[in-house]
Amino acid sequence: MEQTSVYNQIESNKQRTYVIMTLFTVLVVGVVWVFSQALGWGLESIWIAVGFTLLMNLFSYYFSDSLVLGLSKAKQIKKEDHPTLFRTVENLCIASGMTMPKVYIIEDSAPNAFATGRDPKHASVAITRGLLDKLNKLELEGVIGHELSHIRNYDTRLMIIVSVLVGLVALLADWFLRASWYQSRSEENRRGSGIYIILAIILSILAPLIAQAIRAAVSRRREFLADASSALLTRYPDGLADALLKISQDKEPLEVANRATAHLYIVNPLKDYTNWLNKLFSTHPPIEERVKILRAM
Amino acid sequence: MTIFLIFLGLVLLTILFIWFLYNSLVTAKMRVKESWSGIDVQLKRRADLVPNLVETIKAYAKHEKGVFENVTKARSALVSAGAPEQLAQANNQLTSALKSLFAVAEAYPELKASENFKSLQDELSDTESKIAYARQFYNSNVLDYNTKIQIFPNFLLTNMFGFKQEEFFQASGEEREVVKVDFEK
Repeated sequence: MEQTSVYNQIESNKQRTYVIMTLFTVLVVGVVWVFSQALGWGLESIWIAVGFTLLMNLFSYYFSDSLVLGLSKAKQIKKEDHPTLFRTVENLCIASGMTMPKVYIIEDSAPNAFATGRDPKHASVAITRGLLDKLNKLELEGVIGHELSHIRNYDTRLMIIVSVLVGLVALLADWFLRASWYQSRSEENRRGSGIYIILAIILSILAPLIAQAIRAAVSRRREFLADASSALLTRYPDGLADALLKISQDKEPLEVANRATAHLYIVNPLKDYTNWLNKLFSTHPPIEERVKILRAM
Repeated sequence: MTIFLIFLGLVLLTILFIWFLYNSLVTAKMRVKESWSGIDVQLKRRADLVPNLVETIKAYAKHEKGVFENVTKARSALVSAGAPEQLAQANNQLTSALKSLFAVAEAYPELKASENFKSLQDELSDTESKIAYARQFYNSNVLDYNTKIQIFPNFLLTNMFGFKQEEFFQASGEEREVVKVDFEK
């Protein structure tokens, strides 16, 4: 088996993201088309659906960080509050040519971290007190490198776009089911053709699920990408590997985390990978795999 | 007529390609220059810490004049250095002068225990890290630029525009020598 270089990892992750996003777009277009055929709707109503979803997500695009930071009870810090953390972020920003994000500390003894922000100029990174206490300098660097890479790779923006598409599919499926229910009540209103109706019914159940699975797949790919980018930044992949092991083996639950914010953290704070169904919809890849890839770099 | 159109189309595409290539090369070269100044910024930052350090140590080690003079001289050389070779040389001088300064400080336990000294040591050590990261960033930009001017078909055009390869930041000869630790002394 060839030695995976950091550059290869990064390339491969980026390419897989493109593939997934293309398949996703194809799925969405296909769903939209089938629904419109089934109901005999024109394309204008589809554009209304798109516009509606985009509007709903615009709010999330601009305010998601303050929302998430508030939910997680994060407190912004200055250099004097924690010089080690501040310097680590500062130095890795020099190494990556990024402007410094705002730095937050979450007062929780469970070790974890997350990054959020629509682009590098409006970004924040949050670290728990537990992580600061339990990790050594090299491990902390690995974690910060991972979080900064999420920002640099525009992962928050990507995940919002993906969520828009997921929301669109769910919305369309919902509308279809309602519209077909009302349509079936009056014979003269039925306009669509038979086979499309059957296809649409199947899709309205499967499509939202497939969309969720695709979103989870994108999220996992970006986690691998952030790991590889961090290794390139710190030139020390073992630091992050050790940190991931330490974090995942810590038994303490992260109190401020819940289903809505869990996907943002470096290690899923709601740890449940056991059955394959969870694996399909899991936002994070399994720790063993992440560590294995890092050790091989 | 169609052949003419196709020919026109190809010419247009080639012009567009050269346009975008030229712009991306200029951007890459600018990034190299900017990240070089980034290293400069960190070196100057280290130079700025030196006077404070010298004063703190002087307060405890009044008699070690020679060492202080060396450090101050090296610092002035660094601040006034212009060309990259001058800068690299001045930087090496300051590094060795600082090494002697800290060796001197070892002999004064009260100095070592003082908060002022400790915090200056932290700052200095952090600046060394920052210099290292700035160099790393510079090298990654040089990698990007050098790659861009050497791949096919770019290299056919880069000579025409006068783009030349940039140098990676290398460790100096003395930095690369294996450090010998002698416990006998």
